[in-house]
Amino acid sequence: MEFLTDKAQPVNRKPMTFWERIYLINIFIGMWITLKHFFKKKVTVRYPEVERQFSENYRGMHILNRDEEGRENCTACGLCALACPAEAITMEAAERLPGEEHLYREEKYAARYEINMLRCIFCGLCEEACPKDAVYLSQSVVPASYKRKNFIYTKEDLLIPFPKKETKE
Amino acid sequence: MNPDIYSEIAEKATLSGILIGLSLVVAMYSTWAERKVAAYIQDRKGPDRAGWGGLLQPLADGGKLFFKEEITPAHAEKFLFILGPTIAMTLALMTGAVIPWSTEFSWGNSVINPLIADINIGYLYVLGVLSLGVYGMLLGSWASNNKWSLMGGIRAASQIISYEIPLGITLIAVFMISGSLKLDVIVAGQMDGYWNIVLQPIGFVIFLVCCFAETNRTPFDLPEAENELIGGYHSEYSSMKLGFFLFAEYVNIFITSVLLATLFFGGYDIPFVNDAKLTENLGMNTMAVLHFLVLFIKTCFFIFLFMWVRWTIPRFRYDQLMDLGWKRLLPLALFNLLITGFVILYFFN
Repeated sequence: MEFLTDKAQPVNRKPMTFWERIYLINIFIGMWITLKHFFKKKVTVRYPEVERQFSENYRGMHILNRDEEGRENCTACGLCALACPAEAITMEAAERLPGEEHLYREEKYAARYEINMLRCIFCGLCEEACPKDAVYLSQSVVPASYKRKNFIYTKEDLLIPFPKKETKE
Repeated sequence: MNPDIYSEIAEKATLSGILIGLSLVVAMYSTWAERKVAAYIQDRKGPDRAGWGGLLQPLADGGKLFFKEEITPAHAEKFLFILGPTIAMTLALMTGAVIPWSTEFSWGNSVINPLIADINIGYLYVLGVLSLGVYGMLLGSWASNNKWSLMGGIRAASQIISYEIPLGITLIAVFMISGSLKLDVIVAGQMDGYWNIVLQPIGFVIFLVCCFAETNRTPFDLPEAENELIGGYHSEYSSMKLGFFLFAEYVNIFITSVLLATLFFGGYDIPFVNDAKLTENLGMNTMAVLHFLVLFIKTCFFIFLFMWVRWTIPRFRYDQLMDLGWKRLLPLALFNLLITGFVILYFFN
């Protein structure tokens, strides 16, 4: 018979010896194995207190970025909403008024910017589509909630705080 | 009537109350320990949220069981359905009465022996009560009017009957050595001489295997077999009725562990120490506490052993179970009995 891989091992069909048939010795071997596991390092991560380290390109909850002066990067071009395969992003554009230059980087900004985290599939296409480096997928996980409406994240939820505070991310 | 009778009744009632309380607390914390042992063997941490190290978890579980909806199936035989868990629980708690928990201690003016029922058939009573416990499962499973439950109940009955025989025969060998059915005499014999584990190694192995079968623990947990019989005899039970069944199992494990320690590991005997001399130095009461603690530590080891085995070995198939019971353990037990009798007759007569 030809094997597909070189990992195939023939099954041992030899009749069991007396000591194997007694079974007790094999039970002791098994119990020794479980006892060794008893003292091994545990893999459990005690979640709310300790958080698992994600890989560097992990795609978690979105953030909306600001530039160095704290102005919003987003110009409400809508490319992220267009790129979104799950249609999770809703936005409304507004024109920057005189005197708001310190708030928004360009003449247009997003008056409303919502992401429905229940629809979002965290593919990261919005991040790729964004020409203004405005939307990023961060390392944090979207927290659980009892109500659907709590999963619709508004602009206030997504914008990174300014001046930059040390957040526990 | 004699006033002594009242004081004796009061003494025995207090002792029984303490015993029931102890059994329940140990059973409660066995559920916690079981989950912890399972978790540690599987490289997890187990319950650690309720209280320090999850120590309040049993209370939370108990509270949950009490507040769950209680369902009696429409086609169930109501009286027997309630009687099932009642019998299981009552009999599980009754067994501890003949076990010598410790040596005598003085309380006020009287000397109290922490042996609740000093009956001369001692272990026979334990055997009887332990095997009566199967009625709880059998009645409960039959009354549920569910074929899976009934299968579980039938399995429980046949399993316990099958394993009772090698268990009893092994014990005859132990009784032949000690010359008494009373557990305190057996313990006393081991305190003077060797522990029975040294004298009866084969007997101990048979007894241990039978204990696993009697308490329906893995690898012999066929009566409940989650994945074949969806919980077996207690699949129709809910709320505290289910709790009673589960609790009775843990109480049985506790009592069986005490019996294992008593019959084969010297009971409350402190190893490598001359107990009589120590009693003179430390006094009766300190010694009683020490003895109880020693017995308790031995018991805890056996409870751990029950759990350790459960999380190591998979369940036996039904025909393998019967094969092991009748074709292997029974002849081995008879052989052991024969050898013991021969040695006693020719070398110690």
